[in-house]
Amino acid sequence: MNTVAILLSAFVLSFVALLVFIWSQRRGLFDRSSRGAEVIFAPQEIGHIEEPAATQAAQGSLQGAVDAAEGTPRGLADTDELVERERADASTGPLVFFFFCCAVVWLLVASAAGLTASIKLHEPDWMVQQAWLTFGRIRTIHLNAVAYGWAPMAGLGIAMFVIPRLLKTPLIGARFAFVGAVLWNAALIAGLGSIGAGINDGLEWLEIPWQIGTLFALGGGLIALPLVFTLVNRRVEHLYVSVWYMACALFWLPVLFIVAKMPVVHQGVQQAAMNWWFGHNVLGLFYTPLALASVYYFLPKVIGRPIQSYNLSLLGFWGLAFFYGQVGGHHLIGGPVPEWMVTLSIVQSMMMIIPVAAFTVNQYQTLQGRLSALRWSPTLRFIGVGGLMYTASSLQGSFEALRSVNVITHFTHYTVAHAHLGMYGFVSFVFFGAMYFVMPRITAREWPFPWLITAHFWLVSGGFALYFVSLTVGGWLQGQAMLDAARPFMDSVAVTLPYLKGRSIGGALMVLGHLVFATHFLLMVLNFGPQRDKPALFRHLFAHRATP
Amino acid sequence: MKSEIKLISGAMVMLALSTSVLVVLPYLQVHDAAPPPGLKPYTSAQQRGRDVYIANGCLYCHSQQPRAKAFAPDFQRGWGRATVAGDYAYDRPHLLGTMRTGPDLMNIGVRQPSSAWHLGHLFQPRAYVPGSIMPSYPFLFEVKDKTKAEKDDVIVNLPAGQVLADQVVVASPEAVDLVKYLLSLDRSYPVVATPAGAPTGVQK
Repeated sequence: MNTVAILLSAFVLSFVALLVFIWSQRRGLFDRSSRGAEVIFAPQEIGHIEEPAATQAAQGSLQGAVDAAEGTPRGLADTDELVERERADASTGPLVFFFFCCAVVWLLVASAAGLTASIKLHEPDWMVQQAWLTFGRIRTIHLNAVAYGWAPMAGLGIAMFVIPRLLKTPLIGARFAFVGAVLWNAALIAGLGSIGAGINDGLEWLEIPWQIGTLFALGGGLIALPLVFTLVNRRVEHLYVSVWYMACALFWLPVLFIVAKMPVVHQGVQQAAMNWWFGHNVLGLFYTPLALASVYYFLPKVIGRPIQSYNLSLLGFWGLAFFYGQVGGHHLIGGPVPEWMVTLSIVQSMMMIIPVAAFTVNQYQTLQGRLSALRWSPTLRFIGVGGLMYTASSLQGSFEALRSVNVITHFTHYTVAHAHLGMYGFVSFVFFGAMYFVMPRITAREWPFPWLITAHFWLVSGGFALYFVSLTVGGWLQGQAMLDAARPFMDSVAVTLPYLKGRSIGGALMVLGHLVFATHFLLMVLNFGPQRDKPALFRHLFAHRATP
Repeated sequence: MKSEIKLISGAMVMLALSTSVLVVLPYLQVHDAAPPPGLKPYTSAQQRGRDVYIANGCLYCHSQQPRAKAFAPDFQRGWGRATVAGDYAYDRPHLLGTMRTGPDLMNIGVRQPSSAWHLGHLFQPRAYVPGSIMPSYPFLFEVKDKTKAEKDDVIVNLPAGQVLADQVVVASPEAVDLVKYLLSLDRSYPVVATPAGAPTGVQK
């Protein structure tokens, strides 16, 4: 029996097992009722929008857009439950706020480091006197500030906010998460410092020395505790799809991190395989689920309409859990690793189309007929684009794993563009949107200048479009030049130069967008700006509804 | 879904599957791949140089994994035969890399065996390779007056015009170690594991 046959049969078997597994998790898989999807709403709440990031006028227009598709909602939402939700929000306020402050700071650090690294690629003699500013270090500081700073701080902050809402239970044991977050950030400062000083473990995504890594593990464990306590003490029977993603992400990450950081165990080619098992799973089994959970919660919540097909989301979840875990080997196509492993990863990369399609169809169907809501809701605008980018980056990733495409794109800037499509276009956009929703709820203030949200959106969208197109085209040309043995290697360098410059311009626009976001965040916190009558306030909104 | 226990255990089963195929099986298969007879362990200086390579992130632009002739023209570029697991037997951590902003370095010691070239190239890549976008590493060197050069200084011979006429460039111990590491990168020996007919040498 040849390798292909073995792989194919292993694959068919595992796929069948996956289906049986999903079936065993929920018998009514093809049951068309979607009561599970309605748990995020209070009784009678469906049809009512919730968009604290929009001004009162925009909220009215948003409700109008939703009403146009659905008809004016009858009756008022159950006030008892809304009061409970308000309590859940209040219980998380200070903690989520702390996470978000850290996230914003790391976003700025990562932006500065990223832009510096980008410019250095076309200005190689710029700022070379300091060792910590050399490309190899500042690029790594950028990656780690995103991977361990911005993304987890924003994502975990959002999870802290959403989980008590979904479980209809105030967050229990927030102080553990506080201590955990402090440890985590201390570890990150130490980690970035050591990378700058030239002390690192030498593995991509895992550069921070393992001694500091123990601090991350401890901090991460403490951050997870309140979520576990809340889960155990929950007052709802049904776990909403966002809870699956968030809870599993929190259980997956420690395993990934601890296995990957084990000193002494790994070496050589085996370590390379492990490296990309971690590198891809930290994306697929940590950031992606946190961001998907946010989409699954905020998108239906803003437009007041439950997710169209709850069963598709079940397929999406288990498909992701199963297929995504095994795609890491596609980073080593053509490398000295066992061939069966690479082939398996390519197959599973293609299979990722299933959960991605499930997600995409689901979100599209939910939004169908309500696309005008994007105009009025900043949250939805960011999350909508983010969701779309998830589809785009996942499909791109699936095809990039094919040997025929990979032979061109591997080792080029094309891969960097792809990584940013996932981590920025998808994950960061979703987190921006969610933060716009959450901040007014936890601070009881509204965003002072709505035009700054618009500016943020267009700066990062335009900047990122330029970034992505430049690097994708440049990387493709670079790969083609490298594949042509008749052309000297330097051709593959020269051909990328204009595109690397384009990327720096796009990156600069993104950084500008982040500065706008951070400034707005600060203005909100300091209570600057025009004081409207705080229509975004939870209490006020429903008081207003109760007295028509 | 109603049971968190079911959920978490299902999730952990999925991760266990992933870990078995991408971590445990490769561990069993290649972790203890024997070093081929032609491969020598790194000397202390080479190992120190390897640490300099890691500290400055060389791996983010240079791979160390030439691919098979049938797949890509890596061999034709002079980067060497496709590597096998045994070639990395002494590599902790692995430095396979994922980018080729610069060329593959698995056999740079064979392709460019001149220590003087490497030192000068690290000081100013563009003095050797026009159009190169590799950063220069002045912090690995010291520029001083010719008169102040000491007996055991490693003087770097540079093409004219890189420093003032009365100055010399002295390599730091880190730079010297790094070059020793680069020169040690040589996987041109034959490996038994390669299928018949596969290339065994490096094009020179």
